[in-house]
Amino acid sequence: MNDNATAAVDRSERSSMRSLTAVLMQRIQSGWKTLVVGIPNVWLLVFFLAPFFIVLKISLAESIIASPPFSPLVEWSEEGALILQVIFDNFIFLWEDDLYFNTYVNSIKIAIISTVLCLIVGYPIAYGIVRSSSTTKNILLLMIILPFWTSFLLRVYAWMGLLADQGTINSFLIWIGLIEKPIRMLYTEFAVYVGIVYSYVPFMILPLYANMEKLDMSLHEAAADLGARPMTTFLTVTLPMTAPGILAGSLLVFIPAAGEFVIPDLLGGGNVLMIGRVLYNEFNSNHDWPVAAAVAIVLLLILVIPMMLYQHIQSKQAES
Amino acid sequence: MSQQADNQDRPWLDPDAEPFIKVQGVTKKFGPFTAVDNVDLQIYRGELFCLLGGSGCGKTTLLRMLAGFETPTSGTIYIDGAEMSQVPPYERPVNMMFQSYALFPHMTVEQNVAYGLKRDGVAKADIAMRVSEMLKMVELTPFSKRKPHQLSGGQRQRVALARALVKQPKVLLLDEPLGALDKRLREQTQFELMNIQDQLGITFVVVTHDQEEAMTLSTRIAVMDEGRFVQIGTPTEIYESPDTRFVADFIGSANMFEGRIVENGADHVVVRVSDPRIEFFIDHGMSIKEGTKVWIAVRPEKIKISKNAPTESGANQIQGTVLGVGYLGNLSTYRVQAGSAKVVDVTHPNQSRPKGDRHAVDWDDQVYLSWDPSSAVVLTK
Ligand SMILES: Nc1ncnc2c1ncn2[C@@H]1O[C@H](COP(=O)(O)OP(=O)(O)O)[C@@H](O)[C@H]1O
Ligand SMILES: [Mg+2]
Repeated sequence: MNDNATAAVDRSERSSMRSLTAVLMQRIQSGWKTLVVGIPNVWLLVFFLAPFFIVLKISLAESIIASPPFSPLVEWSEEGALILQVIFDNFIFLWEDDLYFNTYVNSIKIAIISTVLCLIVGYPIAYGIVRSSSTTKNILLLMIILPFWTSFLLRVYAWMGLLADQGTINSFLIWIGLIEKPIRMLYTEFAVYVGIVYSYVPFMILPLYANMEKLDMSLHEAAADLGARPMTTFLTVTLPMTAPGILAGSLLVFIPAAGEFVIPDLLGGGNVLMIGRVLYNEFNSNHDWPVAAAVAIVLLLILVIPMMLYQHIQSKQAES
Repeated sequence: MSQQADNQDRPWLDPDAEPFIKVQGVTKKFGPFTAVDNVDLQIYRGELFCLLGGSGCGKTTLLRMLAGFETPTSGTIYIDGAEMSQVPPYERPVNMMFQSYALFPHMTVEQNVAYGLKRDGVAKADIAMRVSEMLKMVELTPFSKRKPHQLSGGQRQRVALARALVKQPKVLLLDEPLGALDKRLREQTQFELMNIQDQLGITFVVVTHDQEEAMTLSTRIAVMDEGRFVQIGTPTEIYESPDTRFVADFIGSANMFEGRIVENGADHVVVRVSDPRIEFFIDHGMSIKEGTKVWIAVRPEKIKISKNAPTESGANQIQGTVLGVGYLGNLSTYRVQAGSAKVVDVTHPNQSRPKGDRHAVDWDDQVYLSWDPSSAVVLTK
């Protein structure tokens, strides 16, 4: 009898304990959820949005000889009033000076041509990988990723060695007697294209591969069955269905290519104007931080617009 | 009555008829695995021919060889008199309805159906007309602007059918066309298919693993097993005179008895079965030696079940105990223990209403089973 009573008390205590832990667990879990969602937001805030506003602030300042070398945005005047000093001179300067305008246009041109070249090179490679057997597939994918094991800078230097007047390619061509004098390749736009396409083609191949991997091969058979020749099948089925991959890959190539600094600097020398180099010069040679910041902001806008277009198209596709 | 007119609906009986599709000694190997094994087949114009068999027996592979997606390892295929080995899929006079439908997801229903006509360079106005006609026939007109993922399974299946039919091919290949549909929709579509086939006069080759579907649809059925044809014939032939135990078992169900020929007369055969101990009297002669081991197949619905002894005594009857009754409404199925280990399945139509809850034959009843001398089939393999 007595035993039973104790047991009953025990049980009720235990059950209240259990409900307490349950509540606690729930609290922790919901806290955990906020944390998981929160971390990326905090990350973006600290490492993206804050720097962006700092750069924006600098771009609206005036270059002065001081440390830091730009005028403050807000300032207490001698009378004790708060002065907000916003200067758009830097942006106007960018617009009026042909050098900057031409450099932007040239950067975008090089980025677009490089993207198209990456697409032409990457598309058949991605398609080939998807169609190969699973063991070959893994080996091929590994080979695409393998160059990332060595430093990007090192690989660009290697291209300098290959493309130089006395470099490997010219020496070889002279040796087999195809040419007599070396062909000028290094420090030309050609070298920049080679460098960009070589460096960025994996960023084209991988999203294309991911997209094509999901492609239903029976659609190709269906097209053939309905009378489409291979080329027609490609144009009417394969191409439209890989459009998302093409778009993703193109953005991944276009955006970094447009702002590329190392490749035009090392492979293009002084002959290829790209905005990354101008930016570098404004900062390090001219010490004009506000103009450099303005250059960066304009570049960002140029790159963000296609991104937003992409987002827009994607969300529209998701709707339909 | 001429022979010609007799065989108009059954061209396979006419020795002069030219088959529309001719498959000669076709084998398909995937590495060491033989998916289709030395197959011969003749299909005639206007037939609705079914390839029937279990999963993995090579039906799809054979169909894909007809469409041109797989090349036979050996053997030849003729369609409409032309040898097909060098003809790519896009030049063959056949269209296929894929098991997965393979609709183009980035195109609307209308565009999917128009795709094949565009490839043939049909004039724009004609395309629009034929597409809308076809959509009307499969009752998809209200959905013409939708994308495939906005359709139900049944609607997608009809788009696939419309897309294959709109080109009016000489042969339509259908791979498990009704597999994804529920029973009611499937039965309805079966009749639609037969109607369409009748209207357009196109030769259909249908792959299915569903024997009921094959029985309903086809003019003839080829039963496949492990890459070979085990029997080709009309639904009636396949059901009533199966060649092998496999066919008897695969199409419908059959009670199988193992025994030996003990008497082989000119107009009858007697087979002695050990379990249950009975003798089967078959009312036609056969060219089998006495003593040969054979199997007797009797369909469950061919067996009469009764609590009273049959009036005529003799062969083809056994006694047993009812182990179970399944009441299906229109008919009842009985499992009867007859002999030491043998359980015989019997189905019987419920021609009169049971009185209250009492059925004419019920659990644990002692019953007599009997059948006609013509109902049993003797099988040697
Ligand atoms: N491309 C292929 N490679 C290897 N084996 C295959 C291939 N296609 C089919 N098979 C094999 O061939 C056999 C028959 O396949 P299939 O014709 O699709 O059967 P089903 O009768 O179910 O349609 C299966 O065992 C399948 O695994
Ligand atoms: Mg199949």
